[in-house]
Amino acid sequence: MGTEEHKDKMSRRDFLRKSMRLTILLGVGGLAGSLLSKSMAGKMVWQIDTKKCTQCGRCTTECIKKPSAVKCFHAYDMCGYCDLCGGYFRPGVKDLTTAAENQLCPTSAITRKFIEEPFFEYDIDADLCIGCGKCVKGCGAFGNGSLQLQIDQSICDNCNECAITRACPSQAISRVESTEPYLMLGLRDDITWKNKS
Amino acid sequence: MRKVKNIAIIFLLAIMAWQTTDVAAINRFPKPEFESGHTQPATVTPAPRAVFMEYLDVAVLIAALSLITWFILKKRSRKGVFWMSVFAILYFGFYREGCICSIGAIQNVALALFNEGYYIPVTAILFFVIPILYTLFFGRTFCAGVCPLGALQDIIAFKPMPVKAWLEKVLGIIPYIYLGLAVLYAATGTDFIICRYDPFVGFYRLDASFFMFVIGALFLLIGVFIARPYCRFLCPYGVILGLVSRFSFKHMTITPAECINCKLCEKSCPYGAINMPVPEKEKEKTEVLVKRYILLGILVPVLVFAGGLLLSSFHENLAMVNSKVKLASEILNNTNYGVVGREAIEITAFKSTGQSVEELYSEAANIVDQFYMGSWFLGGFIGLVFGLTLIGLTVFKFHTDYSPNKATCHSCARCMGYCPVKPEKK
Repeated sequence: MGTEEHKDKMSRRDFLRKSMRLTILLGVGGLAGSLLSKSMAGKMVWQIDTKKCTQCGRCTTECIKKPSAVKCFHAYDMCGYCDLCGGYFRPGVKDLTTAAENQLCPTSAITRKFIEEPFFEYDIDADLCIGCGKCVKGCGAFGNGSLQLQIDQSICDNCNECAITRACPSQAISRVESTEPYLMLGLRDDITWKNKS
Repeated sequence: MRKVKNIAIIFLLAIMAWQTTDVAAINRFPKPEFESGHTQPATVTPAPRAVFMEYLDVAVLIAALSLITWFILKKRSRKGVFWMSVFAILYFGFYREGCICSIGAIQNVALALFNEGYYIPVTAILFFVIPILYTLFFGRTFCAGVCPLGALQDIIAFKPMPVKAWLEKVLGIIPYIYLGLAVLYAATGTDFIICRYDPFVGFYRLDASFFMFVIGALFLLIGVFIARPYCRFLCPYGVILGLVSRFSFKHMTITPAECINCKLCEKSCPYGAINMPVPEKEKEKTEVLVKRYILLGILVPVLVFAGGLLLSSFHENLAMVNSKVKLASEILNNTNYGVVGREAIEITAFKSTGQSVEELYSEAANIVDQFYMGSWFLGGFIGLVFGLTLIGLTVFKFHTDYSPNKATCHSCARCMGYCPVKPEKK
């Protein structure tokens, strides 16, 4: 009698275990199925919307990458090649030379190259750039806004939740499709940059 | 004639309207036309990591899980588990820099379930689901040496000390609370707290804030003496895997054949996850049992309700983590984020968006409402966990052999080496 009871108990336990297993399997399957219906096979990456960015400077400090994955990008197509560049020189600078004290960039990441009178070309050394956005602010205030902050996708770790997003006061960072990972102006062919003339 | 003129004017206006959309695109300083024949360089935009590489990660996950399961269940090899741990640290840890990870995927899943506008990547779903499936079939082999966080802690557990059973039970409730909080914050689109407070990711990235570096170092230091402190007393994914593992189809065993109760494996488990044989207890009186279960039956719903009530009274404090709620509160109270002398960056940025304060308030109120509902659920959930833990303590579990506790066993395979029993020859 006693052994029979014992056996009976074991089989009941087995039954419960089996049904639990099936429940979990169905639950996980259902969850995965419902999620798959609203998922995407492609990849989403983080990017800054330059129209929303206010160049607060937090990209430098909040990114988990040091130096930040946010870099200044130069849309040459929009650049006026100015001698007095608002992105290169400190405001109120005395003479327009490449002397360190004249430069706005804290890491001297912008090089100024003479092209022809009176035009200068500005290039950014991405290795030196820390994404502080000082030049972007200067260029946007006085110039054409050809300097823009963007997340360099070859550096970005594509974190689950971008650490800068949480700190960004302008909510300028969002997920974009990896097939078109840059949101800066002056890149795409369908927006043609016209001169004022 | 007038009609034609009107049409012409409308047409002209349309062109002008189209023109004005392009106003932002007109440069203050025209782009020069170079006489020296200088060609303008192209803007370099480095491409992101290829999509197929993400699927490679999934393939590596499946391969690693299969291999480690084979090492544990078939080969009964601790050495295999160790080298798989090293691989996980190198690949998922240092190479992938702790991202993508199954623990963090909980938040993607929660956000996708509660947020219509969020499209979850397929790889995040797979990283969430695949280890659960493996656990359902083979126990927590993922924890053993595929999870980079677990692998790291497992390797540095040099001098593990037993933790008192009552302390283990009490601390064991923390992961449930952490899981609940993580889901609440992810579902409201507030924050991914598991990722933010991941103690080891800074180690893998060789870069962390000072605060997180100290936390990570503390965990590693404690981990030398108390094995896997994060896995046992914090990991929210471990909660899910622990629950699933209870019903695992084929869990690892300490002995390859019949247990001979030699007690050699007794102290081998660094996690205190071995069920010891217990002497048969004298059966309690039915009245005592009935009384106790009636009491517990009343206590659990009371705990659930009390938990919900308690936490919902703090829902505004919980909601303050949300940046939008915080912004609304700062503007409402005119506190300027505690910044003196100038306007806070957040407020300047908000003004530049052109959104009205009323809109912001209604959005924030909406989020606070979500937190009110969420905190009821979270509080109830925590109450339930407390209640079920109490019930679990009163249930007498009878064991005749030494066997792994399926829920807390991390399948590290250490105990197997202590077993003198040889597998039966077929």
